[in-house]
Amino acid sequence: MTSTDTHRAIDAVWRIESARIIAGLARIVRDVGLAEELAQDALVAALQQWPESGIPDNPGAWLMATAKHRAIDMFRRNKRLERKHEELGRELQAQQEMAVPDFNAALDDDIGDDLLRLVFVSCHPVLSTQARVALTLRLLGGLTTEEIARAFLAPEPTVAQRIVRAKRTLSEARVPFEVPRGPDLAARLSSVLEVIYLIFNEGYAATAGGDWMRPALCEDALRLGRILAELVPNEPEVHGLVALMEIQASRSMARVGPSGQPILLLDQDRSRWDQLLIRRGLAALDRAEKLGGVRGPYALQAAIAACHARALTPEETDWAGIVALYEAVARLMPSPIVELNRAVALAMAFGPAAGLELVDTLTSEPSLKAYHLLPSVRGDFLFKLGRLAEAQAEFERAASLTRNTRERELLLDRAQACAGAQPQPGPR
Amino acid sequence: MRFMMLVKSGENKGLPPKELMDAIAKLAEDSNKAGTMIATGGLAPTSMSTRVRVSRGQLTTTDGPFTEAKEVVGGYAVFELKSKEEAIEGAKRFMELHKIHWPDWEGETEIRQIFGPEDFCLKA
Repeated sequence: MTSTDTHRAIDAVWRIESARIIAGLARIVRDVGLAEELAQDALVAALQQWPESGIPDNPGAWLMATAKHRAIDMFRRNKRLERKHEELGRELQAQQEMAVPDFNAALDDDIGDDLLRLVFVSCHPVLSTQARVALTLRLLGGLTTEEIARAFLAPEPTVAQRIVRAKRTLSEARVPFEVPRGPDLAARLSSVLEVIYLIFNEGYAATAGGDWMRPALCEDALRLGRILAELVPNEPEVHGLVALMEIQASRSMARVGPSGQPILLLDQDRSRWDQLLIRRGLAALDRAEKLGGVRGPYALQAAIAACHARALTPEETDWAGIVALYEAVARLMPSPIVELNRAVALAMAFGPAAGLELVDTLTSEPSLKAYHLLPSVRGDFLFKLGRLAEAQAEFERAASLTRNTRERELLLDRAQACAGAQPQPGPR
Repeated sequence: MRFMMLVKSGENKGLPPKELMDAIAKLAEDSNKAGTMIATGGLAPTSMSTRVRVSRGQLTTTDGPFTEAKEVVGGYAVFELKSKEEAIEGAKRFMELHKIHWPDWEGETEIRQIFGPEDFCLKA
């Protein structure tokens, strides 16, 4: 094995083991930032030693043991300085004597709990959303700072700073390394789900871009979601989020045309949908629904995505079912955007007049004033109702509002088609 | 990146030891918990298989077993991973279990990348 091969193998080991090692260390040293530094020290030691000595049989245990030794050394150095550290050091040493050889046993017993604690700490509300995202990708996703920076189109020093500051904030706020309990749990869990879905959407929005680091975020988010689903198997919304991401990801091959143009759901070639991910998504949704209770926003959105996924052709879509699901979403989190989506489903289920009636109640909505999809949808309904002059005006308005060049061309084409189909005023 | 792992070995080597099956089940559970394994399955013996072949414009259908094949695919798993190295590391762990729990067994895991969108639409 050449040293490049060894380095790449170490990268792979790191990717597989780092979250578990950091989580295990954080329980011992009670500081996520310190835990990560110790784990990084162990990684540096591996990079120095493994090319010479070869990769050990159990690389995860080696990294963990090395990191624990570093922790003990550090506490020894500090123990005259700080009493608290001395206590911790002694405790650590006691653990060390028993703990290192049974790394795997320790993982089996506690690692789930440790990982879950790490998830909650990384997504702690004391941190900004950006910091939560960066820390989650770094500590749980095993991404390097450089990879995170590339994925979020941010300069590397900015992301590095963000991570350093996040770790310091956690330390200064003395955020305990624990899983929240009782009423806290629901709010904290929804913060975790939000972070994971944000990562997913960042990747999903970038599918047309030139850098595949960004779409890879979808896979990172899915992996995090799947991990979380096994850590808290009784939370229906976690399965709801996983279902939503699996089904959305199933369309990634079909949603961009050969020249990078976005292809809307109903125009997609459904044979390009990834049936494996659809099956996984439907299974996750099933798990969410079997757990019962009121369906949360992710389970509802997943159920809508599932209606599309189950339909072999757009005509087979259960639009009435989608209308009902959007009504449930609107009750849970009322928003003009949800209403606009419901209007589209209404029109598909019961005709353009039904959709138009709802959309007309939204035209004075301030939050939609500059939103191009409102006139675009309204134009489509008007077009289908044969009110071509009004439709043309709406498409033109939508074209003036969108920032996407390809979308603008599409909308102007539709406006043109309206003009062409109308009887022209005056003599020719 | 998506990878398919194809596990190949000679057939008719008897049932695998229970310890191996338990260890594999444990590894599969871990991979599932790590969010990396997205599908897996074991295949029926080639004595139950059928080949449909086209050659020189002729379709032929042949039922197994196929005695000429020394090693055949007995099972597969599909993983979503960051790199091929990660796939190699996973395959090593899988084969290590065979080494420990079924020392007489011989076989291999072949790692094949499944092409994704990034392999088709290389951007200029």
